[in-house]
Amino acid sequence: MFRFLIRRTLVMIPTLLVISAMVFIIIQLPEGDYLTSYITELEAQGEKVSAEKIAFLREQYGLDKPPIEQYFAWLFGMLRGNLGFSFEYNLPVSQVVGDRLFLSFLLSFSTILFTWVVAFPIGVYSATHQYSWGDHGLTFIGFLGLATPNFLLALVLLYFANVVFGTSVGGLMDPQYLDQPMSWAKFLSVLEHLWIPVIVIGTSGTAGMIRRLRANLLDELQKQYVITGRAKGLSPFKLLMKYPLRMALNPFIADIGNLLPQVVSGAAIVSVVLSLPTTGPMLLTALQSQDMYLAGSFLMFLAALTVVGMFLSDLALAALDPRIRLEGGLRR
Amino acid sequence: MSAAKQDRLEHFVSTAPFDPYSIEALTAEQERYYMASQWRMMWWRFKRHRLAVVSGLILLVMYLSILASEILAPYNLHSRHTDFIYAPPQAIHLFHEGRFEGPFVYSYSFELDMENLRRVYKEDLDEIQKLRFFCLGDAYKWMGLIPGSFHLVCPAEDGTLFLAGTDRLGRDVLSRMIYGARISLTVGLIGIAISFIIGIVLGGLAGYYGGWADSIVQRLIEIIRSFPELPLWMALSAALPVTWSPVGVFLGITVILGLVDWTGLARAVRSKLLALREEDFATAAVLMGARPARVIGRHLLPNFMSHLIASATLSIPSMILGETALSFLGLGLRPPVTSWGVLLTEAQNINAVALYPWLMLPVLPVVVVVLAFNFLGDGLRDAADPYKSD
Repeated sequence: MFRFLIRRTLVMIPTLLVISAMVFIIIQLPEGDYLTSYITELEAQGEKVSAEKIAFLREQYGLDKPPIEQYFAWLFGMLRGNLGFSFEYNLPVSQVVGDRLFLSFLLSFSTILFTWVVAFPIGVYSATHQYSWGDHGLTFIGFLGLATPNFLLALVLLYFANVVFGTSVGGLMDPQYLDQPMSWAKFLSVLEHLWIPVIVIGTSGTAGMIRRLRANLLDELQKQYVITGRAKGLSPFKLLMKYPLRMALNPFIADIGNLLPQVVSGAAIVSVVLSLPTTGPMLLTALQSQDMYLAGSFLMFLAALTVVGMFLSDLALAALDPRIRLEGGLRR
Repeated sequence: MSAAKQDRLEHFVSTAPFDPYSIEALTAEQERYYMASQWRMMWWRFKRHRLAVVSGLILLVMYLSILASEILAPYNLHSRHTDFIYAPPQAIHLFHEGRFEGPFVYSYSFELDMENLRRVYKEDLDEIQKLRFFCLGDAYKWMGLIPGSFHLVCPAEDGTLFLAGTDRLGRDVLSRMIYGARISLTVGLIGIAISFIIGIVLGGLAGYYGGWADSIVQRLIEIIRSFPELPLWMALSAALPVTWSPVGVFLGITVILGLVDWTGLARAVRSKLLALREEDFATAAVLMGARPARVIGRHLLPNFMSHLIASATLSIPSMILGETALSFLGLGLRPPVTSWGVLLTEAQNINAVALYPWLMLPVLPVVVVVLAFNFLGDGLRDAADPYKSD
């Protein structure tokens, strides 16, 4: 187990390094940089920009250096917790993002919990009542969730929450709590707003999870030991709980690798629609205004979130399922 | 005893020629069943999956419709009706005052609601506007080439026909949905073609050669998979130059969708190739001097082509949804290119949901197409392995 842990950690480091390089290349891709778009903006407003000032800004932001040098400056800065400088806000990135990273994390985490809580009973029901009307109906609802674009579902739910429950539109809490310190009332307000994005993002992942659990459990239920158990007179419920369900549980942990990127993707667009104070909306504006370090930090954070999530799921799987440790570190 | 002896038949020997294989001969029907080719068996199996067949038919109809969008749509893509801004959908009626009139709509009149500053449309129950069929209406250029003005259905002369309402410029939403299918449906196909090619080439390299080629491709797949798709798509499409023409952006978006999505296919190809390259027939092909491209393309790939097609079908929906999401965010396609995602940008805020809910109608074709592709893919996957009994 210990060797597995070390090997798995070591694999994670080069992965993160390559990801950081790719992120940097991607944020460098657009023609020009923040300064060129800044200058065109100033000129559009009729202001003259002197060549010296441009050169000064370029040097100050380090944009005159070759890309390789910029990359390493950014990389080592990140390792020390310095995420770079946001041109648009004229502040260090770490101050701009504030608790957005935390809220993104909270949103993803709650969504995964929601997916599990919903998918588990439905998956078990579908497998034990195969081809019944309930099975078909639930599967169809799951598919419908998969097929509806998240952002539209978010809008509709938001509308109904506003009309039926009087929840304030947009944001992750009522406006009066915005700059307040954490309190019980604020927490409740967050909860009141959180359920919409959680349901919306969760719907797309739940369908896949239900189908996998159902397939796994069906496979397991056809095995000989289940028949033996039934022949010996074990009650159906006990028989289900004791062995097949445990075996079928693996996908819940193993699938974090698939689920997390999906959840993070869903969170990005839903946050834009619902104007949640998470990474999504800011990433969008940062990408549009070429605020490269801000965009880069968000991309890096989202990718790191999934890499670490997969790492944790691998660890949990290894702890739960001894077969995986023996197969060697990498899932193939 | 002797009587019994007399009754006994004489020893009988047939002199007709005997074919010892006759007992193994099959009836025509059996022969058809046992000698069926693999693809025929897949077809039989696929046909049993009712939902998949229906989905396939729906998709076929939708894809055929993009050949005739101009004719099917009652209006043009860009024709505006400034008198009918944000008009709600009109209903088709058959009976007027108890008399059968054939399909018609009541004419619309509006008055301004000064309190909410919006137009309130009312059906004028005295004036009926009969629909015309196979008629001449808005002029168009079919596929931008052939001019024409023939439509399947037109509004009455001086009448209106907004079956799905109109948007803020008074454009017919239904017509725009029919035109939007052209872009939305092809995005998925081109995107999947790109990811198919990348997936087969890289997965083939990894699976056939193994060793370091395998490790590199494996790491690459792992890294790309750990990126959340949508933010990556967002970043890449933000990098498309603003100066590109809308068509250029369209192609750029499809390439981006394909570039991110190939990992699943590459994994499938790799794992199948790893197993198959050890088979005797593969070795035989190598010994006879076939080069790797031929061994892979001619001998190995056909073994699991059906699986690949099935999984490709299953990944088209994510591309269609991806395009919709990107366009919705304003990072994807831009007008005048019209896709379902571009249409949905009209329904971007909660006011649209509250006041003009019909602007959300373009989501219906998205849902139908995504569901249909999912069911079709499921059916294909079950059919892909016709020798497996269930």
